Amino acid sequence: MVLSKKLWRTPLDTEKISLPKAEITIQPDLCKGCDFCIEFCPRKVLEKSDQLNKRGIYPPKVADESKCTICGFCAAICPDFAISVTEKKCKEGCEDEK
Amino acid sequence: MKQTERMTQHPLTKYLRSERMPHIWCEGCGNGILLNSFLTALDELKVDLDKIVVVSGIGCIGRAAGYVNVDSFHTTHGRAIAFATGVKLANPDLQVVVISGDGDLFAIGGNHFIHAARRNIDIKVICANNFNYGMTGGQYGPTTPLEAWTTTTPYGNIEHPFNLVHLAAASGAVYVARWTALHVRRLKDSIKKSLQKEGFSFIEVISPCPTIFDRYNKRGTAVDVMKWFKLISNVKHGHDPAKTEITKSQIMVGEFVDVERPSYGRLLRDMTKKVQEKLKEKKAK
Ligand SMILES: Cc1ncc(C[n+]2csc(CCOP(=O)(O)OP(=O)(O)O)c2C)c(N)n1
Ligand code: SF4
Ligand code: SF4
Ligand code: SF4
Ligand SMILES: [Mg+2]
Repeated sequence: MVLSKKLWRTPLDTEKISLPKAEITIQPDLCKGCDFCIEFCPRKVLEKSDQLNKRGIYPPKVADESKCTICGFCAAICPDFAISVTEKKCKEGCEDEK
Repeated sequence: MKQTERMTQHPLTKYLRSERMPHIWCEGCGNGILLNSFLTALDELKVDLDKIVVVSGIGCIGRAAGYVNVDSFHTTHGRAIAFATGVKLANPDLQVVVISGDGDLFAIGGNHFIHAARRNIDIKVICANNFNYGMTGGQYGPTTPLEAWTTTTPYGNIEHPFNLVHLAAASGAVYVARWTALHVRRLKDSIKKSLQKEGFSFIEVISPCPTIFDRYNKRGTAVDVMKWFKLISNVKHGHDPAKTEITKSQIMVGEFVDVERPSYGRLLRDMTKKVQEKLKEKKAK
């Protein structure tokens, strides 16, 4: 079923609200390649990189940061402290909005 | 933007002796997850790092004491609880946490465990249960499941394992919980809860050992093991600890015990005070 756009009410403050943007930090050389972050990210934000790290394994890389909800699960499940996620601080507007 | 350009330090860096990172644990080892959850708990509770002591025994997980950026001690095999008891009684202001393995705490250190729980020593014990002696090459231990393959049970294990949460509860622990390494949030919450509670607490963390135990028992990759944990774990808070054996088809997880009982330290201080007052009275007469 395709719902017509008219069926949905648009909140009045849609213009003012901006969804928080994620800043995913991966330290590739700390990664041991367990793939937990890739596998258990509920939004499938991460994928295997095609570049080997110092250890000779493929760390994760961000496939689509815009899908990230900053739930922090990837950081919490990483046994190697190789990935962390914070909210992007963009005072002058985020890069992708410019 | 390239990943490396905006590389910042990990938010838990200040809790780690970062010069020792990366740690020695294998890829996908649950020990790193346990440490991550523990440090997150400290961070969320804003614990004064001068007031916390971490004690470990010997084993892969025993390395934890060397990685935390607080006063810590890597004791001899099996003696983490004995050492922690001494630290706590000598300086009751300190929060004392034991992080150790199933072999260390329940084989060579088994008696220390049951008696510390019985006496309700105010220490927090977190056990990484990977069902074997990981560090020494995968020998069987007191938590190895029946029929499991280890280097010392090449035809399958014929000994019945301990149910650690039942043992802890029956021995007198005031807080008992079990989580798998996949339940990071709940594990962190349990650690926070135990740190805020007086008395002997025990948290079992079912932990993957992808290099040895899981590989020899053909459980697949670390991701497969974690998916399996997800599939067979069953959250049952307040469940009778006697009925929480780990089987091939079920890992009962949750908070099983949360009761109040005066700790050994408190009773000792009360008793000391009473005796000293009596002595004073006697002298005054
Ligand atoms: C007195 C003594 N006996 C035996 C050993 C050998 N040893 C080192 S680690 C270990 C077992 C550790 O098992 P566990 O506590 O489950 O830790 P894991 O390596 O699985 O994390 C043993 C028996 C030792 N170091 N000291
Ligand atoms: S924070 Fe959550 S949504 Fe974002 S990458 Fe990590 S696991 Fe995925
Ligand atoms: S969880 Fe950590 S160690 Fe595992 S693949 Fe992801 S970044 Fe690497
Ligand atoms: S041998 Fe097992 S317990 Fe030890 S570090 Fe490797 S995976 Fe972890
Ligand atoms: Mg072990």
